[in-house]
Amino acid sequence: MAQAIQQLINGLTLGAVYGLIAIGYTMVYGIIGMINFAHGDIYMVGAFIAVTSFTLLAAFGVSSVPFALLAVLVVAIAFTSVYGWAVERIAYRPLRASNRLAPLISAIGMSIFLENMVQVTQGARIKPIRPILTGGINLFTQGTFTVRLFETQILIIVTTVALMAGFTWLITRTSFGRQQRACEQDQVVTKVLGYNVDRIISVTFMIGAGLAAVAGVMVTVYYGVVDFFIGFVVGIKAFTAAVLGGIGSLPGAMLGGLIIGLVESFWAAYLSAEYKDVASFAILILVLMFRPTGLLGRPEVEKV
Amino acid sequence: MMLQLSGLNAHYGHVHALCGVDLAVQGGEIVTLIGANGAGKSTLMMSIFGVPRASSGRILFEGEDITQLPTHQISHRGIALVPEGRRIYPRMTVLENLQMGTAKADPTNFQTDLDRMEALFPILADRRDQRAGTLSGGEQQMLAIARALMSRPKLLMLDEPSLGLAPLYIKKIFQIIRELKRDFGMTVLLVEQNANHALKVADRAYVLQHGRIVLSGTGAELLASPEVRAAYLDGGGGH
Repeated sequence: MAQAIQQLINGLTLGAVYGLIAIGYTMVYGIIGMINFAHGDIYMVGAFIAVTSFTLLAAFGVSSVPFALLAVLVVAIAFTSVYGWAVERIAYRPLRASNRLAPLISAIGMSIFLENMVQVTQGARIKPIRPILTGGINLFTQGTFTVRLFETQILIIVTTVALMAGFTWLITRTSFGRQQRACEQDQVVTKVLGYNVDRIISVTFMIGAGLAAVAGVMVTVYYGVVDFFIGFVVGIKAFTAAVLGGIGSLPGAMLGGLIIGLVESFWAAYLSAEYKDVASFAILILVLMFRPTGLLGRPEVEKV
Repeated sequence: MMLQLSGLNAHYGHVHALCGVDLAVQGGEIVTLIGANGAGKSTLMMSIFGVPRASSGRILFEGEDITQLPTHQISHRGIALVPEGRRIYPRMTVLENLQMGTAKADPTNFQTDLDRMEALFPILADRRDQRAGTLSGGEQQMLAIARALMSRPKLLMLDEPSLGLAPLYIKKIFQIIRELKRDFGMTVLLVEQNANHALKVADRAYVLQHGRIVLSGTGAELLASPEVRAAYLDGGGGH
């Protein structure tokens, strides 16, 4: 029982991170119908910007943890969203009128490029940071097992919940959100009505990248290490989360992220830690086989 | 002259959809474009918005050359389109659809314009918070027209507004077109297969065939023309 609760906490933490990244996949799919395979690497870039920022702040002797976290978040979001913007502008927009496969291949190219760029500029070795939040709360003890809630986990869950709430508000209540949803439903009509669809698509990429950057910062704080290859596996898991929730569905991405995080935690604890990645990929295959529209997705064909 | 197309050519893939089209709309006029399925009527409407971009020729709106203007800026000049098949946003509410019609409109006009639309189309007031995809075809057409009018356009273009609608709604739509001209002095470019209704409402009309304008005249002239009668009115050509 105690271990199950601990896994629940761990799983929710992990799931929050997957959910943040999954939103980027699902938004981009919703608006231009492509899977942005470079999105996992955008998250990796966000994590590296976090490491660099933390190191710089430490070098300047900044010791206030809340200030450091906030500063790193702002810097990571700002720079990473520019990456998101640039990836769309360079690799996808010129191919928008061509067949569906072209931007997909371009995305894989972008992914490889980003990984190699970071490897060349930052080195191939694992980069650690000095631990930032080390405390935690002992919730209760059962036998020899103490259920512990770490400060980093509280940070991740609270930040994610706040971001999701803000993001939901943005999409459902604001003028930009309405334009974004309009583009998902009919781009030509949205243009004809006087909206700059290219700009809306750019901002969508920037928002997706910004959320991935937050995930990158959180993971950096949580694990304390990053390397240039973390974007690949995490990217595919977040993609699985988006597909599981129903690609194109924002609540679906959040739900899918949580489920993947929980399944992974419990699988690692009770079945096999070495094969924990198998769990997510098995889910991906099963969803694609039996319920391609996902949990909250809608069928492609709809009555209009 | 409000809108003037001269020598307009447009291609859809390898199809030469518009071949040297000359067409003009004056302020305050209702101009109708009739023609059979596939004659290029919708292409003509969409090419005014640059989708597809004209391969040659010129489009002038109030004297300004808009041929190469980005699509979203064309609407800012004061042209609104009610597209073929309505193309309202099905997963948005009626209110959100109307809000989408106000890209460049002054936000302080919103309530006035919304009230005006809901007076013109009372059904939209009843359905304000309902998803637009759940409306009937006729209701969706009302919504599409209202959405276009929310931008306070100088020129309203309607592409097949009566297509697939029940006779009651068809009557209502042509009645609204008349009212828009009479009460607001609206300039209208109307594309229709329903030639009989369309010519009756029109000040002037053009007949498009295989991407070319083959006839033009006042609505009454075309209504009386034996060629038009044979091809588009007495059960031939368009339906």
